[in-house]
Amino acid sequence: MIIQQLVNGLTLGAAYTLVALAFSLVMGVLGILNLAVAELFMFGAYVGLTMLIAGYSIPVALLGAMLTAAVLSFAIEKIAYEPLRNSPLVTPMLSTVGVSIILQNVATNIWGSDPYQLPDEYLGQRIDLGLFAIGEMQLLVIGAAIVLVALLGFLVERTNIGRALRAVAENRDVARLLGVSATRLTLVAFLISGALAGAAGLLIALHYAAVTPYIGVETGLKAIAVMVVGGVTRIWGALLAGPLIGMAEVLTVAYGGAALRDFIVYGFMIVVLLVRPGGLLSQRGGAEGQRS
Amino acid sequence: MTGQPLLEVDRVSRRFGGVTALNDVSLTVPEGRIVGVIGPNGAGKTTVFNVITGAYPPSAGTVRFAGRPLVKLPSHRIARAGIARTFQNLRLFPSMTVLEHLIVAQQKAGALSSLLPVRLGDRKSLQTAEEVLAFFGLEEHRNRLASELPYGLQRKVEMARALSMRPRLLLLDEPVAGMTHEETAEVAALLRRLTATGVALLLIEHDMTFVMGLCEHLYVLDFGQLIAQGTPEEVRNNPAVLDAYLGAEA
Amino acid sequence: MISTYTAALLADIGILGLGALSVYVILSTGQLSLGNAAFMGIGAYASSVLTVSYGLPITLALVLAAVLTGLIGVVVGFPALRLKGIYLAMATLGFGEMVRSFFLNLPYTGGSAGFHGMTHVSVGYIWAWTAGLVLLVFLLESSRFWLKLRAVHDDEAAASLLGLDVTALKVGAFGVGAAIAAVAGGLFAHHHVYIEPGNFGFERSIELVIAVILGGSTVAPGALVGAAIVVLLPEHLRFLSQWRLAAFGTLLIVVLLTRRQGLLDRPLLRWLTPWARA
Repeated sequence: MIIQQLVNGLTLGAAYTLVALAFSLVMGVLGILNLAVAELFMFGAYVGLTMLIAGYSIPVALLGAMLTAAVLSFAIEKIAYEPLRNSPLVTPMLSTVGVSIILQNVATNIWGSDPYQLPDEYLGQRIDLGLFAIGEMQLLVIGAAIVLVALLGFLVERTNIGRALRAVAENRDVARLLGVSATRLTLVAFLISGALAGAAGLLIALHYAAVTPYIGVETGLKAIAVMVVGGVTRIWGALLAGPLIGMAEVLTVAYGGAALRDFIVYGFMIVVLLVRPGGLLSQRGGAEGQRS
Repeated sequence: MTGQPLLEVDRVSRRFGGVTALNDVSLTVPEGRIVGVIGPNGAGKTTVFNVITGAYPPSAGTVRFAGRPLVKLPSHRIARAGIARTFQNLRLFPSMTVLEHLIVAQQKAGALSSLLPVRLGDRKSLQTAEEVLAFFGLEEHRNRLASELPYGLQRKVEMARALSMRPRLLLLDEPVAGMTHEETAEVAALLRRLTATGVALLLIEHDMTFVMGLCEHLYVLDFGQLIAQGTPEEVRNNPAVLDAYLGAEA
Repeated sequence: MISTYTAALLADIGILGLGALSVYVILSTGQLSLGNAAFMGIGAYASSVLTVSYGLPITLALVLAAVLTGLIGVVVGFPALRLKGIYLAMATLGFGEMVRSFFLNLPYTGGSAGFHGMTHVSVGYIWAWTAGLVLLVFLLESSRFWLKLRAVHDDEAAASLLGLDVTALKVGAFGVGAAIAAVAGGLFAHHHVYIEPGNFGFERSIELVIAVILGGSTVAPGALVGAAIVVLLPEHLRFLSQWRLAAFGTLLIVVLLTRRQGLLDRPLLRWLTPWARA
């Protein structure tokens, strides 16, 4: 039974990891929390589901979700971030809040505020592996997440753009001095961040078989916790923290009661912020996570 | 005037990881006198200031102010004890007017009056602020945002703010950096008038004319060590000092 | 005599205004709190338990709730000292979610079913508190003490070297902010006579911050202006029917792009009140 729960937690965690990475990319390059990511997640879910129900295959729907979210993210960068890039950090952050409000409203108008459901035929089989059963969809979610994270990892470790992203995340001032183009990098960060969020959205939708316009905020906040626990700019950290938090959540609900769930997750996040600001994988009291 | 100096930096060392920024440095500032600290860039002069004001503790040695060791005190307590400082790169408050800069740092005005609207219930702070404004010739700029003033005036505001604390010792970190000859001469005159009121000055500067003309005693640092001290004449002719400056192409 | 509809709107503005004021006070020291709805929630539940289960008069209950929440705010303020900017914001966000979860989990106050039984307070009573507290903070803003808060906001290190006890000021701001939010929460509870944890979650915290940012983040009355905008604008945008919220989000972005300090700032306030020496 507990293994079953762990598998559920892993699935949830996979989605969290992707959204956490989406937040992390923007955070690393710009130092701000792009709260619109939560709604890009939601939008990706809706667009993806709509495409599925229209008859497209899952990979195509996934691509559609990612593309839509990336395009939206691009627009957000141009309209809500660019003009404000020299303002104190609160300002562009609140700008992204404004975008979130708009996106939520748009989604509610297009698809309604009742849960948008995936018809049964898409639910897929459950595969019985003896100790536990895993749904086809769960496998898909975990698999897709792994692929996406691997792609991101490759991008960040092996390409020039990726190196630049890492450099800026490490130390924005030095990176600028070394001639890293901030504008292009920002755009790339926003695009990838959108794509990841959009993918996560569809994957979660497949896991739960339904979405509402409000899933963005709930998952978004948890993903922020995952980002913090994993270490705000560390990919491997998010990869570990996502499933960790996902499993912690699921286990708490199964054995401790649903209401305790958020308490544990956010409590953990706050402890990490105070004791290991660079994330679980960092050195004790490292100030690396505390660039102002 | 007691025999004890106002400020005693006693064999202070400061290490940052592997780097020794200060090594066994001692200096004193007597009441109401002007003392200077000079040396090539990177000699550790600002580090001395930082240790005195409590930005970080010394790795060895102590600092005493009016006989009292400062080492365990947090920065704001040290400031309240009577030590004020200005910064190499100005640190004015972006949202405040000149007048506001001169009110915020005042410590001697009453606690209750600090809660009342300044214009109505805090005559004393306004008075002190006006005095300081007058001293620096900043009256006509009192309601302007300090950040909008020309550089020379901003430096004056920074000094005025420190003075509004009514300190016994004022630490000035490159007070005339980037100033014209007239401005520099003006500041020198202001500082002399200041010591006449009893305030002691410890200053860091690169402008040799300014330093030699103003300071009564000089300490020379190089690579965190004290390499010479004495009157301006003595220091000017000290071969070790010439070496340090010429060698380091100051 | 005003209509029930107008009274309801005025009540909401008053309550939200106090909530926004609580964010404002903390923001004055440079700390952004995305979790003030949690303090509202604590104040709401505490005051409601005091009036419903212990029969205390509403004003006393509000004061006690404010003191309790203020103390909690001080407790929160200490670890907050270790965090800067966005990290503090995230921590307060987490704190807000934890408090919401706490009340969801607390059977004594009804858990997810909520708490009810409070006696209704009038719009007049709400505004007595709102106007009083806003006025108090407004007067305090022209004092030497408030300059110290602003110094901490502008440059903590420099402020410390001027003799300002940055720790006390920042923690104190959290405490006072929390207390003000508690009053807002208590008034909310006794006006809507039913509360549930969802009333005091992330969306509410964001609402408070939006009010401060839109209305004016550098002067106390800005909180009221912002509250009025947040409450009234969707009403006046009814003609846009289901696109109201999108319009609201757009307005937020537009204001941030064109007038960052919000609608009301010091120069405008001085211009509007030539008789007062602000």
